[in-house]
Amino acid sequence: MKPSFEPIIGRYLNLELLGKPHRLYIEEAGQGVPLLCLHTAGADARQYRGVLNDPEVLRHHRVVTFDLPWHGRSSPPPGWHNEEYKLTSRDYMDVILAVSDALGLDRPIAMGCSIGGRVALHLALHYPERFRSIIGLQSGAHVSRYFDSSYLHRSDVHGGEACAGVVSGLIGPFSPDSDRWETLWHYMQGGPGVFLGDLYFYQLEGDIRADVAKIDTNRCPLYLLTGEYDYSCSPDDTREVAKQAAGIDVTIMERLGHFPMSENPAPFLSYLRPVLERIRAATA
Amino acid sequence: MKDLARFVNANAALVRRGRYLNTRFLVEVGDDGYLVVIRDGMVQSVTPGPFVMQDWDFALRAAPDTWEKFWLAIPPPGYHDLIALMRYKRLRVEGNMLIFMRNLLYVKGLMASLRPAGAAQ
Repeated sequence: MKPSFEPIIGRYLNLELLGKPHRLYIEEAGQGVPLLCLHTAGADARQYRGVLNDPEVLRHHRVVTFDLPWHGRSSPPPGWHNEEYKLTSRDYMDVILAVSDALGLDRPIAMGCSIGGRVALHLALHYPERFRSIIGLQSGAHVSRYFDSSYLHRSDVHGGEACAGVVSGLIGPFSPDSDRWETLWHYMQGGPGVFLGDLYFYQLEGDIRADVAKIDTNRCPLYLLTGEYDYSCSPDDTREVAKQAAGIDVTIMERLGHFPMSENPAPFLSYLRPVLERIRAATA
Repeated sequence: MKDLARFVNANAALVRRGRYLNTRFLVEVGDDGYLVVIRDGMVQSVTPGPFVMQDWDFALRAAPDTWEKFWLAIPPPGYHDLIALMRYKRLRVEGNMLIFMRNLLYVKGLMASLRPAGAAQ
Protein backbone atom coordinates (compact mmCIF):
# COMPACT_ATOMS: atom_id res chain seq x y z
CA MET A 1 0.00 0.00 0.00
CA LYS A 2 1.42 3.37 -1.08
CA PRO A 3 1.39 5.96 1.72
CA SER A 4 -0.90 8.88 0.96
CA PHE A 5 -2.27 11.93 2.77
CA GLU A 6 -5.97 12.67 2.87
CA PRO A 7 -7.11 16.22 1.95
CA ILE A 8 -8.27 16.80 5.56
CA ILE A 9 -6.42 19.42 7.66
CA GLY A 10 -6.82 19.08 11.44
CA ARG A 11 -6.09 21.97 13.81
CA TYR A 12 -6.72 23.06 17.38
CA LEU A 13 -8.77 26.19 18.00
CA ASN A 14 -8.57 28.02 21.32
CA LEU A 15 -11.71 29.97 22.14
CA GLU A 16 -14.05 30.78 24.97
CA LEU A 17 -17.19 28.64 25.12
CA LEU A 18 -19.89 28.76 27.78
CA GLY A 19 -17.78 31.18 29.84
CA LYS A 20 -14.65 29.01 29.95
CA PRO A 21 -11.52 28.65 27.83
CA HIS A 22 -11.68 25.64 25.52
CA ARG A 23 -9.27 23.82 23.21
CA LEU A 24 -11.27 22.42 20.31
CA TYR A 25 -10.19 20.03 17.57
CA ILE A 26 -11.35 21.05 14.10
CA GLU A 27 -11.03 19.36 10.72
CA GLU A 28 -11.72 20.80 7.31
CA ALA A 29 -11.29 20.18 3.59
CA GLY A 30 -12.50 21.64 0.32
CA GLN A 31 -13.53 25.11 -0.80
CA GLY A 32 -16.86 26.79 -1.46
CA VAL A 33 -20.19 26.89 0.33
CA PRO A 34 -19.45 26.10 3.99
CA LEU A 35 -20.88 22.82 5.30
CA LEU A 36 -20.63 22.46 9.09
CA CYS A 37 -20.94 18.83 10.25
CA LEU A 38 -22.00 17.72 13.75
CA HIS A 39 -21.18 14.25 15.10
CA THR A 40 -23.41 11.91 17.14
CA ALA A 41 -23.56 11.48 20.92
CA GLY A 42 -20.51 9.90 22.53
CA ALA A 43 -18.46 9.95 19.32
CA ASP A 44 -16.38 12.50 17.40
CA ALA A 45 -15.77 14.19 14.05
CA ARG A 46 -14.04 11.14 12.55
CA GLN A 47 -17.55 10.01 11.66
CA TYR A 48 -17.43 12.47 8.74
CA ARG A 49 -14.24 11.05 7.19
CA GLY A 50 -16.20 9.90 4.13
CA VAL A 51 -17.69 13.35 3.48
CA LEU A 52 -14.32 15.05 4.08
CA ASN A 53 -12.69 12.74 1.54
CA ASP A 54 -15.32 12.96 -1.20
CA PRO A 55 -13.90 14.88 -4.22
CA GLU A 56 -17.38 15.71 -5.51
CA VAL A 57 -18.41 17.37 -2.20
CA LEU A 58 -15.02 19.07 -1.76
CA ARG A 59 -15.26 20.64 -5.23
CA HIS A 60 -18.24 22.70 -4.06
CA HIS A 61 -17.93 22.94 -0.29
CA ARG A 62 -15.65 23.97 2.51
CA VAL A 63 -16.49 21.05 4.80
CA VAL A 64 -15.81 21.77 8.46
CA THR A 65 -16.33 19.48 11.43
CA PHE A 66 -15.23 19.61 15.04
CA ASP A 67 -15.18 17.47 18.14
CA LEU A 68 -17.59 18.85 20.73
CA PRO A 69 -15.96 19.74 24.07
CA TRP A 70 -15.31 16.48 26.04
CA HIS A 71 -15.27 14.48 22.78
CA GLY A 72 -12.53 13.13 20.54
CA ARG A 73 -9.46 15.35 20.67
CA SER A 74 -11.27 18.36 22.16
CA SER A 75 -10.53 18.71 25.84
CA PRO A 76 -13.10 19.12 28.55
CA PRO A 77 -12.91 22.56 30.20
CA PRO A 78 -10.62 23.18 33.20
CA GLY A 79 -12.25 21.79 36.34
CA TRP A 80 -14.03 19.01 34.46
CA HIS A 81 -13.05 16.47 37.12
CA ASN A 82 -15.36 18.18 39.61
CA GLU A 83 -18.43 18.41 37.39
CA GLU A 84 -20.94 16.10 35.78
CA TYR A 85 -21.11 16.54 32.01
CA LYS A 86 -24.66 17.16 30.81
CA LEU A 87 -25.36 18.56 27.35
CA THR A 88 -28.26 21.02 27.05
CA SER A 89 -29.86 22.50 23.94
CA ARG A 90 -28.78 26.01 24.99
CA ASP A 91 -25.11 25.02 25.44
CA TYR A 92 -25.12 22.90 22.29
CA MET A 93 -26.46 25.74 20.12
CA ASP A 94 -24.05 28.25 21.73
CA VAL A 95 -21.07 26.02 20.93
CA ILE A 96 -22.15 25.56 17.29
CA LEU A 97 -22.74 29.30 16.74
CA ALA A 98 -19.45 30.22 18.46
CA VAL A 99 -17.45 27.80 16.32
CA SER A 100 -19.17 29.03 13.16
CA ASP A 101 -18.34 32.65 14.10
CA ALA A 102 -14.75 31.86 15.08
CA LEU A 103 -14.14 30.25 11.68
CA GLY A 104 -15.88 33.07 9.83
CA LEU A 105 -18.41 30.76 8.19
CA ASP A 106 -20.98 32.77 6.23
CA ARG A 107 -24.42 31.22 6.70
CA PRO A 108 -23.12 27.66 6.47
CA ILE A 109 -25.20 24.61 5.73
CA ALA A 110 -25.46 22.82 9.07
CA MET A 111 -25.60 19.03 8.98
CA GLY A 112 -25.90 16.99 12.17
CA CYS A 113 -26.58 13.35 12.97
CA SER A 114 -28.54 11.91 15.92
CA ILE A 115 -28.03 14.49 18.70
CA GLY A 116 -26.76 16.60 15.80
CA GLY A 117 -29.97 15.81 13.94
CA ARG A 118 -31.95 16.87 16.98
CA VAL A 119 -30.05 20.13 17.46
CA ALA A 120 -30.59 20.72 13.74
CA LEU A 121 -34.29 21.10 14.59
CA HIS A 122 -33.46 23.50 17.45
CA LEU A 123 -31.26 25.56 15.10
CA ALA A 124 -33.97 25.60 12.42
CA LEU A 125 -36.42 26.90 15.03
CA HIS A 126 -34.24 29.50 16.79
CA TYR A 127 -31.55 30.54 14.27
CA PRO A 128 -32.91 30.09 10.73
CA GLU A 129 -31.17 33.30 9.60
CA ARG A 130 -27.76 31.88 10.56
CA PHE A 131 -27.87 28.96 8.11
CA ARG A 132 -28.61 28.77 4.38
CA SER A 133 -30.02 25.27 4.87
CA ILE A 134 -30.09 22.64 7.57
CA ILE A 135 -29.71 18.90 7.06
CA GLY A 136 -30.79 16.58 9.86
CA LEU A 137 -29.54 12.99 9.72
CA GLN A 138 -31.53 10.60 11.92
CA SER A 139 -33.62 13.51 13.16
CA GLY A 140 -36.48 12.97 15.56
CA ALA A 141 -38.23 15.38 17.92
CA HIS A 142 -37.69 13.04 20.89
CA VAL A 143 -36.76 9.45 21.70
CA SER A 144 -38.53 6.96 23.96
CA ARG A 145 -36.23 5.43 26.55
CA TYR A 146 -35.67 1.80 25.65
CA PHE A 147 -32.68 0.97 27.85
CA ASP A 148 -31.34 2.09 31.24
CA SER A 149 -28.58 4.50 30.27
CA SER A 150 -27.03 4.50 33.77
CA TYR A 151 -25.13 1.33 32.74
CA LEU A 152 -23.04 3.51 30.42
CA HIS A 153 -21.17 5.09 33.32
CA ARG A 154 -20.56 3.11 36.49
CA SER A 155 -17.37 1.75 37.96
CA ASP A 156 -18.34 -1.91 37.62
CA VAL A 157 -19.12 -1.72 33.88
CA HIS A 158 -16.54 -1.00 31.16
CA GLY A 159 -17.95 2.23 29.74
CA GLY A 160 -16.40 1.97 26.29
CA GLU A 161 -17.61 -1.57 25.73
CA ALA A 162 -21.06 -0.78 27.11
CA CYS A 163 -21.42 2.31 24.88
CA ALA A 164 -20.41 0.30 21.81
CA GLY A 165 -22.72 -2.52 22.89
CA VAL A 166 -25.70 -0.20 23.17
CA VAL A 167 -25.18 1.38 19.74
CA SER A 168 -23.84 -1.58 17.74
CA GLY A 169 -27.29 -2.62 16.51
CA LEU A 170 -28.03 0.88 15.28
CA ILE A 171 -25.72 0.09 12.37
CA GLY A 172 -27.46 -1.50 9.39
CA PRO A 173 -26.60 -5.12 8.48
CA PHE A 174 -25.37 -4.09 5.02
CA SER A 175 -22.59 -1.87 6.37
CA PRO A 176 -19.08 -3.19 5.75
CA ASP A 177 -17.26 -4.65 8.75
CA SER A 178 -14.42 -2.11 8.51
CA ASP A 179 -16.71 0.94 8.78
CA ARG A 180 -18.99 -0.78 11.32
CA TRP A 181 -16.12 -1.45 13.72
CA GLU A 182 -14.45 1.92 13.04
CA THR A 183 -17.74 3.53 14.12
CA LEU A 184 -17.86 1.36 17.25
CA TRP A 185 -14.21 2.12 18.03
CA HIS A 186 -15.08 5.82 18.32
CA TYR A 187 -17.70 4.88 20.92
CA MET A 188 -15.23 2.67 22.78
CA GLN A 189 -12.85 5.65 22.98
CA GLY A 190 -15.32 8.09 24.50
CA GLY A 191 -14.51 9.57 27.93
CA PRO A 192 -16.34 8.25 31.00
CA GLY A 193 -19.88 9.61 31.24
CA VAL A 194 -19.68 11.63 28.01
CA PHE A 195 -22.13 9.54 25.96
CA LEU A 196 -24.44 9.52 28.99
CA GLY A 197 -24.12 13.31 29.28
CA ASP A 198 -25.06 13.69 25.61
CA LEU A 199 -28.08 11.46 26.15
CA TYR A 200 -29.34 13.96 28.75
CA PHE A 201 -29.98 16.26 25.78
CA TYR A 202 -31.16 13.47 23.46
CA GLN A 203 -33.50 11.66 25.86
CA LEU A 204 -34.69 14.45 28.17
CA GLU A 205 -33.82 18.12 27.90
CA GLY A 206 -33.73 18.40 24.11
CA ASP A 207 -37.27 17.08 23.52
CA ILE A 208 -38.61 19.51 20.90
CA ARG A 209 -42.05 17.95 20.26
CA ALA A 210 -43.92 20.97 21.65
CA ASP A 211 -42.15 23.43 19.32
CA VAL A 212 -41.42 21.53 16.14
CA ALA A 213 -44.57 22.90 14.44
CA LYS A 214 -43.12 26.42 14.77
CA ILE A 215 -40.23 25.66 12.39
CA ASP A 216 -40.53 27.88 9.33
CA THR A 217 -38.86 26.25 6.33
CA ASN A 218 -39.37 29.44 4.30
CA ARG A 219 -36.73 31.06 6.49
CA CYS A 220 -34.34 28.11 6.29
CA PRO A 221 -34.93 24.98 4.18
CA LEU A 222 -34.80 21.75 6.21
CA TYR A 223 -33.83 18.38 4.79
CA LEU A 224 -34.16 15.21 6.89
CA LEU A 225 -32.41 11.99 5.85
CA THR A 226 -32.97 8.85 7.93
CA GLY A 227 -31.58 5.33 7.60
CA GLU A 228 -34.21 2.59 7.63
CA TYR A 229 -32.40 0.37 10.19
CA ASP A 230 -32.31 3.06 12.89
CA TYR A 231 -34.48 2.18 15.89
CA SER A 232 -33.27 5.14 17.99
CA CYS A 233 -34.58 7.68 15.50
CA SER A 234 -36.72 5.53 13.22
CA PRO A 235 -38.09 6.58 9.81
CA ASP A 236 -41.48 7.00 11.52
CA ASP A 237 -39.95 9.42 14.05
CA THR A 238 -38.59 11.52 11.18
CA ARG A 239 -41.90 11.38 9.24
CA GLU A 240 -43.66 12.55 12.42
CA VAL A 241 -41.44 15.68 12.49
CA ALA A 242 -42.26 16.37 8.83
CA LYS A 243 -45.99 16.11 9.56
CA GLN A 244 -45.70 18.90 12.11
CA ALA A 245 -44.16 21.63 9.92
CA ALA A 246 -44.72 22.33 6.24
CA GLY A 247 -41.97 22.12 3.65
CA ILE A 248 -39.64 19.64 5.32
CA ASP A 249 -37.97 17.40 2.75
CA VAL A 250 -37.71 13.77 3.95
CA THR A 251 -35.59 11.00 2.47
CA ILE A 252 -35.57 7.50 3.95
CA MET A 253 -32.22 5.90 3.20
CA GLU A 254 -32.41 2.19 2.40
CA ARG A 255 -29.97 -0.24 3.99
CA LEU A 256 -28.51 2.41 6.32
CA GLY A 257 -28.77 2.78 10.09
CA HIS A 258 -28.17 5.48 12.69
CA PHE A 259 -24.64 6.48 11.56
CA PRO A 260 -25.02 6.76 7.77
CA MET A 261 -21.94 8.94 7.11
CA SER A 262 -19.71 6.68 9.21
CA GLU A 263 -21.15 3.15 8.93
CA ASN A 264 -21.37 3.13 5.12
CA PRO A 265 -20.09 6.36 3.53
CA ALA A 266 -20.52 5.45 -0.17
CA PRO A 267 -24.32 4.91 -0.22
CA PHE A 268 -24.76 7.82 2.20
CA LEU A 269 -22.90 10.13 -0.18
CA SER A 270 -25.19 9.04 -3.01
CA TYR A 271 -28.09 10.40 -0.91
CA LEU A 272 -26.25 13.52 0.27
CA ARG A 273 -24.81 14.83 -3.02
CA PRO A 274 -28.22 15.55 -4.67
CA VAL A 275 -29.39 17.36 -1.51
CA LEU A 276 -26.29 19.58 -1.55
CA GLU A 277 -26.84 20.20 -5.25
CA ARG A 278 -30.40 21.35 -4.61
CA ILE A 279 -29.24 23.65 -1.80
CA ARG A 280 -26.57 25.18 -4.04
CA ALA A 281 -29.06 25.65 -6.88
CA ALA A 282 -31.59 27.31 -4.55
CA THR A 283 -29.08 29.73 -3.02
CA ALA A 284 -26.96 30.48 -6.12
CA MET B 1 -29.98 -23.29 19.67
CA LYS B 2 -28.51 -26.79 19.75
CA ASP B 3 -25.71 -25.62 17.40
CA LEU B 4 -24.75 -22.68 19.60
CA ALA B 5 -21.63 -24.25 21.13
CA ARG B 6 -20.24 -25.22 17.72
CA PHE B 7 -20.58 -21.68 16.29
CA VAL B 8 -19.47 -19.74 19.38
CA ASN B 9 -16.55 -21.89 20.41
CA ALA B 10 -15.10 -21.77 16.87
CA ASN B 11 -15.16 -17.95 16.97
CA ALA B 12 -11.86 -17.06 18.67
CA ALA B 13 -12.56 -13.29 18.73
CA LEU B 14 -15.94 -13.80 20.40
CA VAL B 15 -14.55 -16.27 22.96
CA ARG B 16 -11.77 -13.79 23.76
CA ARG B 17 -14.33 -11.01 24.25
CA GLY B 18 -16.09 -13.16 26.84
CA ARG B 19 -13.06 -14.81 28.41
CA TYR B 20 -13.84 -13.54 31.93
CA LEU B 21 -17.53 -14.44 31.69
CA ASN B 22 -19.01 -17.31 33.66
CA THR B 23 -22.78 -17.35 33.66
CA ARG B 24 -25.90 -19.34 32.92
CA PHE B 25 -28.77 -17.76 31.06
CA LEU B 26 -32.11 -18.81 29.65
CA VAL B 27 -33.22 -18.36 26.05
CA GLU B 28 -36.92 -18.82 25.43
CA VAL B 29 -38.16 -19.40 21.90
CA GLY B 30 -41.86 -19.17 22.63
CA ASP B 31 -42.60 -22.01 25.07
CA ASP B 32 -39.29 -23.77 24.43
CA GLY B 33 -36.55 -22.93 26.91
CA TYR B 34 -32.80 -23.50 26.56
CA LEU B 35 -30.34 -23.12 29.41
CA VAL B 36 -26.98 -21.87 28.15
CA VAL B 37 -23.95 -22.31 30.40
CA ILE B 38 -20.90 -20.13 29.63
CA ARG B 39 -17.47 -20.94 31.04
CA ASP B 40 -14.61 -18.51 30.30
CA GLY B 41 -16.38 -17.26 27.19
CA MET B 42 -17.05 -20.75 25.78
CA VAL B 43 -20.46 -22.37 25.56
CA GLN B 44 -20.14 -25.33 27.91
CA SER B 45 -23.66 -26.66 27.41
CA VAL B 46 -27.07 -25.91 25.95
CA THR B 47 -29.82 -27.82 27.74
CA PRO B 48 -33.39 -27.80 26.43
CA GLY B 49 -36.26 -27.55 28.93
CA PRO B 50 -38.63 -28.17 30.51
CA PHE B 51 -36.92 -27.24 33.77
CA VAL B 52 -37.84 -27.76 37.40
CA MET B 53 -36.71 -24.99 39.78
CA GLN B 54 -33.96 -23.97 37.34
CA ASP B 55 -31.95 -20.87 38.25
CA TRP B 56 -30.22 -18.55 35.80
CA ASP B 57 -28.62 -15.09 35.79
CA PHE B 58 -30.72 -13.57 33.02
CA ALA B 59 -33.33 -14.63 30.50
CA LEU B 60 -33.97 -13.62 26.87
CA ARG B 61 -37.60 -14.29 25.94
CA ALA B 62 -39.18 -13.81 22.51
CA ALA B 63 -41.72 -15.47 20.21
CA PRO B 64 -40.53 -18.07 17.67
CA ASP B 65 -41.23 -15.81 14.65
CA THR B 66 -39.19 -13.03 16.26
CA TRP B 67 -36.13 -15.26 16.65
CA GLU B 68 -36.72 -16.65 13.17
CA LYS B 69 -36.42 -13.15 11.68
CA PHE B 70 -33.51 -12.23 14.01
CA TRP B 71 -31.58 -15.25 12.73
CA LEU B 72 -32.02 -14.45 9.01
CA ALA B 73 -28.78 -13.58 7.17
CA ILE B 74 -30.22 -10.08 6.58
CA PRO B 75 -32.93 -9.46 9.20
CA PRO B 76 -35.57 -6.81 8.46
CA PRO B 77 -35.26 -3.43 10.25
CA GLY B 78 -36.13 -3.76 13.94
CA TYR B 79 -35.30 -7.50 14.00
CA HIS B 80 -31.55 -7.14 13.45
CA ASP B 81 -30.35 -6.61 17.03
CA LEU B 82 -31.24 -7.58 20.62
CA ILE B 83 -31.68 -3.96 21.72
CA ALA B 84 -33.79 -3.32 18.60
CA LEU B 85 -36.03 -6.24 19.64
CA MET B 86 -36.27 -4.73 23.14
CA ARG B 87 -37.08 -1.29 21.73
CA TYR B 88 -40.09 -2.72 19.86
CA LYS B 89 -41.06 -4.91 22.84
CA ARG B 90 -40.47 -8.15 20.96
CA LEU B 91 -37.80 -9.32 23.40
CA ARG B 92 -38.00 -9.36 27.18
CA VAL B 93 -34.70 -9.39 29.02
CA GLU B 94 -35.09 -10.25 32.70
CA GLY B 95 -32.92 -11.12 35.68
CA ASN B 96 -29.49 -9.72 36.48
CA MET B 97 -29.18 -6.76 34.11
CA LEU B 98 -25.67 -5.97 35.34
CA ILE B 99 -24.28 -9.22 33.89
CA PHE B 100 -26.20 -8.67 30.66
CA MET B 101 -25.06 -5.06 30.23
CA ARG B 102 -21.44 -5.78 31.20
CA ASN B 103 -21.30 -8.35 28.43
CA LEU B 104 -23.67 -6.80 25.92
CA LEU B 105 -21.36 -7.02 22.90
CA TYR B 106 -20.57 -10.65 23.76
CA VAL B 107 -24.20 -11.68 24.23
CA LYS B 108 -25.19 -9.92 21.01
CA GLY B 109 -22.38 -11.69 19.15
CA LEU B 110 -23.33 -15.02 20.70
CA MET B 111 -26.99 -14.80 19.66
CA ALA B 112 -26.07 -13.48 16.18
CA SER B 113 -23.68 -16.40 15.67
CA LEU B 114 -26.70 -18.56 14.78
CA ARG B 115 -27.18 -16.52 11.59
CA PRO B 116 -25.98 -18.15 8.36
CA ALA B 117 -22.21 -17.93 7.80
CA GLY B 118 -21.05 -14.55 6.50
CA ALA B 119 -23.98 -12.61 7.96
CA ALA B 120 -23.32 -9.40 9.89
CA GLN B 121 -22.74 -9.98 13.61
